[in-house]
Order: sequence, then structure tokens, then C-alpha cells
Amino acid sequence: MRFYEYEAKQLLAKHGVALPKRTFARTADEAASAARELGGATVLKSQVLTGGRMKAGGVLFAATPEEARTAAERILALPISGQQPAGVLVEERRDIAQEYYVAVTWDARAKRPVIVFSDMGGIDIEEVAQTHPAHVSRTHFSNLRPLSDYVAKLAVARTGVTGNDLAPLTRIVLNLARIFVQYDLTLAEINPLAKLSDGSFIALDSHMDMEEEARGGQRALLAELAIADTDTRQARPPTPFEVDGARVDAADTRGVAGRVVEFDGNMGLVIGAGGGSLTLFDAVRSAGGKPANYCEIGGNPSVAKAAALTKLVLSKPGVQKIAVMMNVVSNTRADIMARGVIKGCIDAGRDPAQTIAIFRIPGSWEEEGAKILRRYGVEYVDRSVSMHEAAQRAVAKMG
Amino acid sequence: MAILIDEQSRFIIQGITGREAVTMTRELLNYGAQVVGGVTPGRKGRDVHGVPVEDTVRAFTERMHVDGAIVAVPPAFTADAVHEAIEAGIKLIVIVTERVPRRQVAQFVEYAEQEGARIIGPNCLGIISPGKSKMGGIGGAAESTRRAFTPGHIGVMSRSGGMTVEIANALTEAGLGQSTAVSIGGDAIIGSSYAELMPLFEADPATHGIAIYSEPGGPMEAQLADYMRESNSRLPVVAFMAGRFMDAMPGVRFGHAGTIVEGRADTTAEKIARMEAAGIAVAERIEQIPALLKQRLGA
Repeated sequence: MRFYEYEAKQLLAKHGVALPKRTFARTADEAASAARELGGATVLKSQVLTGGRMKAGGVLFAATPEEARTAAERILALPISGQQPAGVLVEERRDIAQEYYVAVTWDARAKRPVIVFSDMGGIDIEEVAQTHPAHVSRTHFSNLRPLSDYVAKLAVARTGVTGNDLAPLTRIVLNLARIFVQYDLTLAEINPLAKLSDGSFIALDSHMDMEEEARGGQRALLAELAIADTDTRQARPPTPFEVDGARVDAADTRGVAGRVVEFDGNMGLVIGAGGGSLTLFDAVRSAGGKPANYCEIGGNPSVAKAAALTKLVLSKPGVQKIAVMMNVVSNTRADIMARGVIKGCIDAGRDPAQTIAIFRIPGSWEEEGAKILRRYGVEYVDRSVSMHEAAQRAVAKMG
Repeated sequence: MAILIDEQSRFIIQGITGREAVTMTRELLNYGAQVVGGVTPGRKGRDVHGVPVEDTVRAFTERMHVDGAIVAVPPAFTADAVHEAIEAGIKLIVIVTERVPRRQVAQFVEYAEQEGARIIGPNCLGIISPGKSKMGGIGGAAESTRRAFTPGHIGVMSRSGGMTVEIANALTEAGLGQSTAVSIGGDAIIGSSYAELMPLFEADPATHGIAIYSEPGGPMEAQLADYMRESNSRLPVVAFMAGRFMDAMPGVRFGHAGTIVEGRADTTAEKIARMEAAGIAVAERIEQIPALLKQRLGA
């Protein structure tokens, strides 16, 4: 889950990283009075969970409180990548001598955290990595040994930074790495990290992502930042259909019936699980089908769970038929899935034979599943029909 | 031959008294696997389908040689179970548990590296050397497993547990058996990647070719492509790429740091290009994998 810039900066402040004076404002009035209190020139930044704010017009400068009010009005009315801003961050404007870049993230190849540091920071950092590789360092650190100062020093010194700048930059990098470890982050970035004309360093912008799995263990932090359990931090808020999908999953601990995503098509999908869903969604699309949803069902769900998911998919306006498909399963029972989807059809007031375009779940208890499906006149295919063929057959049945 | 496990492999199951683990134990025994013990704290003296249960891993390792451990405990206890197994000297640990926090995974993977232990998973279905043994729920019930997996010469690796079975099944349907199939796990950080398992398949005379399942996200396919270019591998590799639709979906994007670390994007289009440039054939459908392998095997 991603933090807003103003939240990331709260964490930086807590851990001793210097920042511009700032106030988070939810309205233009609040922004104007914040600018008055800060005094002098301000910068106003849209608080959205996406990058590219500058190019989208989400960052504006103001010389007076009145200008700040106008700027805040414009920012608050401007969605960025489809997101309504949560507010606007009003900050004092500082004179920058040089921009640096620092980030801590996971390197999945090395299986260790890595510090990325550059003395050529700013929005073009990816280009810098290509054109000036000597100015971008990558420094891994151990998951087991204590995080020691020298690691941060190495990250900074590798880009050629020395003299009076080395110690303060090392401290900031070390603090950021500690934040990354302590709060189960997957990314902790300061860009730009600015050197001011007086020689001191402050974090001008910051981006932090926390691992979704860590939410339970980081309750104290979330409470401190006043982030509610219901705040999913997705790029777009979930639709009512997707919220219902999450409810279906939560209602019963057996199996998984989650990750429901809504699309515009006429073909409902009851497909699973992770890799199988990706494969089957591709298969439906390449056969010319128009999926109404993406979903993942598996892990041996109960009849009730399979039925509830089926009913939910069928409740979506415009869904003519559903395709029930999985890869060859190891622990999900084909007969339970068969019972579940038939019950879901009947609960939704639909005839299973007319509604289920195809059923392909090879694996345990498949003979029993086939018997049940035959009784209701549903087309069943076994493992001799590939996932792509099954999808093709289902698509061919759509109007 | 095979890699990682064969009919001689003796292993224990940590968390053996859990509901899913009890089922798995029965399936493993029915398949012929040598499950020599189980660990659940406080359940010493009981048995699960005849398999003795102890409180600690050491209770077994102190009196017999144990080749491997399956970790099937809840996420909150997984790191502890893995550390216990490594510390007791077990060299192959298969972690089936999902939703283990990434930092804990990275920690026990680093510990395993130090101790010369190999980790498969987490969030995986396990390993099978068809006709010999299996570790984990892969394939399900013994008779189901025998239908999908047959002994032969193709190594299978997959980030998706379910697709490990689907690919093996497609190979079996086309008359190609498998030497060993490994569900490597779906998480961002895992014990063993494709490239890290390739040298084992390379050294196994029974393995003649490799089939892998791949999907968007992460550096694992690029890492395999690097391996193939640098290693002079004798093994033809065929990959299936799922999730092509995700390239067209906005929202899921690498940030600056991710791109700088990896130096390239992780879309399916990018991965397909990299794998093909390294001589890996990329199938559009699962059922194309056997034919692509047969072409390359000259069979």
C-alpha cells in the first residue's frame, strides 16, 4: 500500500530527516491560511497515490496566500490518473543548490534490500541511470546482520561524494534504510533530496510503499497516520461489485474467492487461481471473448463460497453466461465446485444449462463433478481439452 | 535420476496436525513418499496416518538422517519453523505457506544460503519426481497425481502452483514424461528461482529439456534469460507466458527505483523479447509446449 507524500514526510520527520516547513490542507481556505502562517513563497502539491504530478499540473507555486488559495482550488479540482486528490500539501519554497536521489527497495534477484543513491537526482533519474551510471550506486545490505553506518556511507561515497557532504548524506541514507526495515516497506524513496544554498540537506519529495501483508503487524503506524483498515489505497476505489467480491471471500475461511475486478464484457468468469486466472483471462480475450470480470477462486473453497461468487458474477448487468474454468487442480475438489456454481445459478434464478457456457476443472473428484453437471445439462470438458480450447468453446456460445 | 528428491528421500512435515497437512500426509504416503515424521509443538507422541509426531525438529534429526522438511504452519509461525529446520541441519526445505512477510522470507533465505540449505517456496505446491516421490500438495491425491505426472525427461518449473500441474499434464497427454517438476512459489522473494535451479537440471542426465510457466512482474524470467546466454546450457527451454492482457492495463507500473535496480521493464512483451533473444521458445498456449520441446529434442 502506498502512502501519501504528507504521510511519508511524517515518517521522515519522526526519524530525524530534515524537511521543508509544511501543512497538509484539505480545502483552499486551509491552504491559504497555511501559506499565511508559513510566510513567503510556497509550493502546493496535489496529494494523490500516483507519480507524474508535476507534468499533470498537480504542483503549483504561489507568492502570496491569495495565490496559494487559487492554486489549491485548481489542484483540488484536478484529478490525476483518475484520482481525486486527498488534499494539498503546502510547503515553504527553498533555494536548491543541488538535487540528489536516494531509495531503498527490494532486489528480488539478490533477495536483499538495495540502496540506490545518486548525486544527480530529480525527475529524470531513470535516464541518469542509463547515461551516467557512475553517478548511480547500488548497495545491498544483509537481512541478518545489523544495519551499520558503513553501508550507507558506501552508497553515498560510491558516487564520488566526499568532504563535508558525506556525513550528513550518510545519516539521511541510513535513516531511510532504517525506516524501510522498521515499517516493512517495499519502497522508501526521497527524490529530490536537496542540498540548500546554506549547505544543509532536506527531503523535498518522498514516496513510500508498505507491503500489504504487513498491515496487521504495522497497526501502530497506521493508527499514528490515522489510516483506517477500510482504506485500501488502491489507485482507484473499488466498485460495489468488487467490494461484494471481497465480502464473499471474507464470509468463509475455506478457500479463496477473491481479487474480483470488474470489466465491461458479457461473459462472466469463475476462474482460478493465480496463474490459471491469468492464463484463462488471456485465453478468453484471444478467442474474441469479452470478460465481465477477472477473479481468482481456488484453495478448495466450500460450496457456499463457490455459489456466492457465481451469484455475484451473475448479478452484474449484461452478463449472459459464465465460464467455469481452472487448471488441473491439486487440492480444489471438482465436485464441490460443480455443486457451488449450480447452486449459484439457481440462487440467481438462472438455468444452469443455459447459463454455464462451459465447466473445465480437471483433478480430484472430477468424475463426481461430471455426474452432477450432466444431471443439470451443463457442458463439461476434461483435461483432454486445453484451457485455451475450453475458453474458445465458451466464447463460441456467446451471442 | 531426478533433482532434489527421489525414492530414497526421507522428510518430515512441520505443522503436520493442521487440517490441510493431514490430508497432504495421506496423499504423500499413498504416492510412496517417505514421510518419516511430523512436528507440532505439544503433540509429541501422537501420529498422523501412522507418522510419528514430535515437539521439535531435533527430536528426529538427532536419531536419524532427514533429507528434507515441508513447512506447512500458519504464516505467523513460518519463519520460526524454517529457522528451526535449518538450525537442525536439514538441507531441503519446502515452504507451502502463503502470505509470509517479505522481510522474514529474505531473512531465512539468507540464513539458508549461509548454512548450505536450499529453500523452495514459500507459497508453492512443492516438488515431484514422478514415480519416485513428492514433497507438498502438488498433484493432490495419489491417483490424480499419477494422471497428471508421468516419469520422463522434462524438467518443469513454475511460479504458479496450479500451472505446474497443468503443464505437466499437457506434457503427459503428449507422451512426454517429467524428470522433476518444481512449483517454485509465487512471491516476490523466493528460495530458488528458475536460474538457480537450472544447474541442478543441467547436472541430471535424465533431464533432456525444460518447460516453464512465466507471468508479468519481477526479474525471474530476465534472470533465466541471462543464465541461458551465459551458461552454454545443453537444455532446450520452452516458456509459456500468461497474463499478456496485463500489459494493456494501466496502473501497475514500476517506480523509478524498481526500474533502476533491474534496468528493464517487467511487462510480458519485454520478458518474451528477452527470453526469445536468449534462445528460449515462448508458447502462446499450454498445448504448444510439447511440440516446441519435441522439435528441439529432435524426437
